[in-house]
This record gives sequence, C-alpha cells and structure tokens, in this order.
Amino acid sequence: MSIGTTTTAGYDALPGLLARMTGDEKHDPASLSTLDVLWVLHDRVLRVGPSLVADPDRDRFLVSKGHGPMALYAVLAAKGFLDPAELSGFARFDSPLGHHPDRTLVPGVEISSGSLGHGLGLAVGTALGLRLTARTARTVVLVGDAELDEGSNAEAVQYAGRAGLDGLTAVVIDNSSATHGWPGGIAARFAVEDWATVDVDGRDHDALYRAFTVPHPGRPLAVVARVEPKETR
Amino acid sequence: MSAATAAPVTTAASALLTDPQRPADQRERFYRLLPELLADDPRAVALLADIGAGYVDLPPSVADRVLNLGIREQLLVSAAGGLALTGLRPIVHTFAPFLVERPYEQLKLDLGHQDAGAVLVSAGASYDMAGAGETHFGSRDVGLLDTLDGWTVHVPGHADEAETLIRAALPVDDRVYVRLSGASNARPLGTGPEMTVLRRGTRGTVVAVGPLADRVLTAVADLDVTVLYAATVRPFDAHTLVATLTEPDVVLVEPYLAGTSVPQVSDALAGIRHRVLGLGVGRAELRRYGTPAEHDRAHGLDVPGIRRSVAAFLS
Repeated sequence: MSIGTTTTAGYDALPGLLARMTGDEKHDPASLSTLDVLWVLHDRVLRVGPSLVADPDRDRFLVSKGHGPMALYAVLAAKGFLDPAELSGFARFDSPLGHHPDRTLVPGVEISSGSLGHGLGLAVGTALGLRLTARTARTVVLVGDAELDEGSNAEAVQYAGRAGLDGLTAVVIDNSSATHGWPGGIAARFAVEDWATVDVDGRDHDALYRAFTVPHPGRPLAVVARVEPKETR
Repeated sequence: MSAATAAPVTTAASALLTDPQRPADQRERFYRLLPELLADDPRAVALLADIGAGYVDLPPSVADRVLNLGIREQLLVSAAGGLALTGLRPIVHTFAPFLVERPYEQLKLDLGHQDAGAVLVSAGASYDMAGAGETHFGSRDVGLLDTLDGWTVHVPGHADEAETLIRAALPVDDRVYVRLSGASNARPLGTGPEMTVLRRGTRGTVVAVGPLADRVLTAVADLDVTVLYAATVRPFDAHTLVATLTEPDVVLVEPYLAGTSVPQVSDALAGIRHRVLGLGVGRAELRRYGTPAEHDRAHGLDVPGIRRSVAAFLS
C-alpha cells in the first residue's frame, strides 16, 4: 500500500476523487450522504492523519456503516492517507479498497465494516479501553439511521449511557432510510438513555463542527446529521 | 438468562468442603483467580454479562477492570474487540451458549475480521446445567469455533490445568477459548500444546479430551490401546498422534459434539488407510433435564458407554 505525500487536498477536490472510483455512478446516495460529515471530522475535528495511524493518542474514527465507502476513501485520499492513484482500482481483486473497508488493508480505517450493527459495540469497547488507559483521545463512530434497526445497537446505546462514556460520540447519518422509521426522532432514543444529543443539518459544515465540539461532560454524545432522504429503490 | 438459572457456584464450593476427594471446580477456580490475573497484568480487562458477577470478589485496586455489561452478549464480544484494538487484553466470560452461539457473528467480525484477540472463558460445558435444559447446553461451541480462523481451543480436565492455560493466554494477543467444565479428572494430566501419552498399546489409539480422561482410562483398562490426553484441541496435535500410532484405528472421546475433531484426525492421517470413530455428545436434542451423569449415560460418555463403543470399534 503506497501512502500519499503529506500534501493534502481541499473539499473542492472530493468530486474528482470520487469520480475516480464511481465513474457514472458518482451520485450514489449511500456514498454521498456521509461526505460532509466525513470531511468536517477529518478536516476540523479529529486528531488523525497519515503520520498518526499508529499513535495510541490519535482519535479513533470508526465507520460502522461500511456500505458506500467511496466518500471515506475520497476523504482519506484528500488527507494523504491514500495515494489518489489507488482509487481507480476500487473493488478490483488486487485493490485494498473494497465495497466494504478492511482495517488491515487501508491506513486510516480503524475497523473493518460492512455487516450492519457492529461498529457501535466496537466503539464502546474502544472508548472503554481509552478511558481505562487514561488516554484523552475521542472515539467517534459513524452509523446510518437504518443501521439502528439492528438490535445490537440497542445494547451499545444503553450501556454507553449508563457507563457515562463521554469519550464516545455517535454520529447518525439520517437519510430517512429505516424501513419502519423512528417515531419521535432518532435523537430522542439516545436522549432517553442519557446521551447528550444534537440534531443538525448534515450538509452544514459550521453546524456540524459546532455539534461535534459541544461539551458533554459525563455523557456520550449523539450527533444526528440529517441529509436528504435516500432515493426510493 | 438470570441469576436464578446460574449454576450455584457457592454450592459447588461448599461441596468441596464436605468432600475432600472431589477435585476443585474449574469455574470456581476461575472466579478466585481473576483478581490476581488483573493485578498481575495491567492490560487485562474482564468483561461479564451478569453471569459470575456476583461471585467475583474484587479488591478496589482492580475493580475498574471488571466491566459487567448486563445481559448483553453481542455487546460483550463487540466491546472485547474494541478493547483489544486499544491494546488491552479482554477476558470474556459467560455460559458457553451465550458466549459462542448467540454472538457468533461478533466472534467472526468483531474479533476475527478485525484481526483482534481475546481470551474467552466459558462455563457450563455441554450440560453442566442439565436441569436447565437445552437452552443452556453448549455442546456445539467447539464445532462453531472450527468454522472461524485462528482460534486456540483449550478443554482443561482439571482446575489446575484451567489455571495454567488461562495464565498462559494473557501475555499474547491471539484468540483463545477456554472451555471450563463442571466435570474433572482426579489429577491434572498435562497442558500441552502437545498431547500427553497416558498409556501405550498396540491395537489402536484413543484420544481422551479434557475431563473425560479418567473415564477413558477406566473404560479401556484391559484393552491393548494407546491413550493420548488433550487439554488443547486447537491447534490439534497431529504430530503426537502420528508419532505414537500403531494400528491406524483412532477413537476420539470428546466432551462436546460427537465427531468435532474427526476432520483433524483425517487430515493427520491423510496419507494412511485408517479408521476413525468420533464419540461425544449426540447431535439430536434430547429434551431431557436431570443430572450431568444421566446425560453422560444417554450419550454413551459414561464408563460402560465408552468401553462398549471402543471395544466394538476395535474388535
């Protein structure tokens, strides 16, 4: 795996990087729904970078919703984790970049994901481990609103609230794709388990930044990032 | 699952006091050992899902490294994966069906696919909780782990062996399953990784796994067979099996699903015309309660049953 130079690209470069992977499908909604959240986290919030991938004090960014990883790969390329030339091999046999990311193949990918409902539990363990070892690094996990259908998330949401895991942030990309919906809204489900919650426009970079940096002492933080509804299939 | 259906460890401990001949209980030993493991290894973190939480006596110095997640077995294994990714060494404990069967995909993805490790310590074995019925039976655990990559599987036959194997599993980062049983041999017989040669004979080989060894030795006392003892079944010690082989007839006596290690024996003897018989817990649900001894009898894993099967196979 070749690592890109320290030169990084800006937000404007993302469409070009995405096009290297997606070709005519560059407007794939599952991929683009996460793009602004991924950018704001990597560009302004998280202490991560190509030189920090083995640093025990780096922030941990776990992408639980492994579907549509093109936005993730584009941001990693823009930030110098990946050589942009790698993107054109997307999902080929000899490419490290698959339809679901593999942490052992891609620098900057903290968990291998794809099967829904695993990232939040892994994030709870990661946040517990960082707390036990007295590290101040954050654990941020990205999940999708439909992914919250998986029962395993309920176990993690309940326990994180009761454990007061303030090192943990869950960002829920809400593109209204859950089949049976979430009456009362997603944030309410986290709030009732004693999480701090922020509901925010998932395309507004400044609003996202404020949401990710809101103080939440003694409680985990849930950021619900609303984006346009997923196209009907 | 609730404390009401948990095997009463305190009863086992008091039985220990009243019966000096009874070997130490493996599960009780684990709970007694845990505070020391945590004190000795700053990386060690114990994860519980209520089972055992009431039995572990914790000094304040290590109490923050025993996390009871409540009755959440999917989170139990996922959190272990996350802890391992931060460099800690999770010790994960509950009854076998809830540790291996319910969170099977978490074992596959949140440990295996992450390339992360943990020490899983189950209790209840195949039917320690005979009275609780099939919901609490764990005879399919080793077979399920065989579908996954990179697991070391220990089946100790004595509390001393269990202690040695658990201690040895802590300093590394791999995936280890330690299967604690309510049954035990009178004395420790070895902790591998090689199998221990308990007897040599000329008419075939019997491989006794974990707590079944004493029964096997009694059952084949007057048969001219080699008896090997395995407290570690994965990786399977093909070398000792081949090195001690006389007649290429091999009987496996395993305290979990019958035939679980037959593929390992077939691989070990792939170049040789051979016969193999896998004894163990039957595949069919019995839908019976009662006692572990009654289940041993029903599966042919008591002394007369083992003798009958071995003698018929070798005759």
